[in-house]
Amino acid sequence: MTTAPQPITPPSSESQGNRIPWQRIAMWAAVIFTVLFSLGPPMWELLTSIKTNDAITADSVVYIPSWDQFTFEHYVQLFTLNQFHIYILNSLFVAVVSTLLCLGIGAPAAYALARLRIPGERLVLTCVMGVTLFPYILLFLGLLRLVQFTGLANNYLALIIPYTAINMPLTILVMRSFFQQLPKDLEDSAKIDGYNVLQMLWQIILPMTLPALVTTGILAFIFAWNEFIFALTFITQESMKTIPVAAAQLGGTSLFEVPYGPLAAATVVGTLPLVILVLFFQRKIVQGLTAGSVKG
Amino acid sequence: MTQDYIRQRERRTGWYLTIPAVLVLLLVYAYPIIWAFVSSLFTENLSTNLTREFSGFDNYVRLALDGRFWSSIWNTAVFTVVSLIFELGLGLGIALTLDQGFRGRGFVRTAAILPWALPTALIALAWRWIFNDQFGVWNDMLVNWFHIIPESISWLGDPFWAMVAVIAADVWKTTSFVAILLLAGLQSIPQDLYEAHAIDGASPWQSFRQITLPLIMPQILIAMLFRFALAFGIFDLVLVMTGGGPGGATEMVSLYIYDTVMRYLDFGYGAALVVVTFLILIAVVAIAGLSIAKSRTATGVE
Repeated sequence: MTTAPQPITPPSSESQGNRIPWQRIAMWAAVIFTVLFSLGPPMWELLTSIKTNDAITADSVVYIPSWDQFTFEHYVQLFTLNQFHIYILNSLFVAVVSTLLCLGIGAPAAYALARLRIPGERLVLTCVMGVTLFPYILLFLGLLRLVQFTGLANNYLALIIPYTAINMPLTILVMRSFFQQLPKDLEDSAKIDGYNVLQMLWQIILPMTLPALVTTGILAFIFAWNEFIFALTFITQESMKTIPVAAAQLGGTSLFEVPYGPLAAATVVGTLPLVILVLFFQRKIVQGLTAGSVKG
Repeated sequence: MTQDYIRQRERRTGWYLTIPAVLVLLLVYAYPIIWAFVSSLFTENLSTNLTREFSGFDNYVRLALDGRFWSSIWNTAVFTVVSLIFELGLGLGIALTLDQGFRGRGFVRTAAILPWALPTALIALAWRWIFNDQFGVWNDMLVNWFHIIPESISWLGDPFWAMVAVIAADVWKTTSFVAILLLAGLQSIPQDLYEAHAIDGASPWQSFRQITLPLIMPQILIAMLFRFALAFGIFDLVLVMTGGGPGGATEMVSLYIYDTVMRYLDFGYGAALVVVTFLILIAVVAIAGLSIAKSRTATGVE
């Protein structure tokens, strides 16, 4: 918007030389602010995690640790004393299984809702969009009783099933908008060739949907990895906890000796997989988020 | 005849494909809400030895007179409204920035998405550390860099500043989501609209007011709707950062529900809290939706 006037009335070289380019200065100030704002808190956590305890609790704040203030001891403690690799594996297992399950159930439903004119389609879609607005706190109590009743407490199914469900609306909305963009000719010619719906889905549609499945899968994985309240209440056995819960409970019991270093290291370890995902799939994440909420 | 048969079979296949998804959604979304409506009519807590006893609307009478509930609703409302205002302002600013052409845009865009993708509970740990009263970097920056305040503030120990801190952390975490949605809206605006407007002599500010804002209004409304629902149910951020303290100053309705159930084992009353919170949420969404629809027909936009 700010660049629009320039091509129409090119300013003379004289006035350009004298004028301070406020617009460019403002833009770069905004860019620098955006980067500092977004990266500042995680960077601070990273810096804290590699400082010795003395440097962390020094009288004047140490920003960049010098060589003798630099240490990996917090990470060592995290993986020896606190066994954090277990929590990482737990999180990974729950997130991957629920993501696959969600794609496996959600994508066919999205196809049916996009292409096969089934009765009640509008109702299903309205409900799907409506439930995305439900905060998890309203669900956890009823689910907790259900989990207790069915004896699923401390069973990963108690997380996998809710995670599959909370990612279902997103999966259905993103995949449905993808299927609607697919050219219909392919399916028509497949029908003429005598494929039934299932064969066609498996042999023709599926290979084409891989990019959309990856997009949805990344988002579902992020949501499952980050989920907190179900993981906090349905899993009480220490060795089965997921990483957000384990990190939040790290040394949270005593107020007087807070393990700042290990806490910071736990934050870094728990966020690292997501940082990597964002680095590699930035474009897909943006696509998925906008398709899931705007087009729906 | 065969055409009908094929249609019918297609329909049946369609339903088979949809039913698993619908069942999962019913189990995880519909069941807990229906359960809450039913259970709110029973008393089930330590005084009844955790057995269910029908008590009609007793839980709702108790709720109406429960000062802690209403103050938690008030806290939630303050948190939600203030967070949303800042998220919208900042998110719009970041979206406008990302919409510009500059070197390194891909990197900045990646950085801007990052806060959204990180786990809230872990981010809450990070912010708790930033706002630490003794060793916190925020105090250090305000006192020793910018000289804005003379001495350290106990951010999480003071009722007012604790709310400010929690809101700041939430704004940081979720502004990127708003920015992503708004950026999509900005990118769908054709560039020649601005050019034509500039020929007519409009200033950048005028074209922002007259072109940009009206055209991204749908995205703004959707982002705010999502953000409202999520902010109203905020749980992990506040639990980890302040635990609802100090003295209940940041206790959100979600924390109160959690405490009622997990600490006091008061399941019937917890269910009533869930029902009322659910109804408040629905009511706000419905009123907002209606007024949006009304303003649209009034201005003749779509």
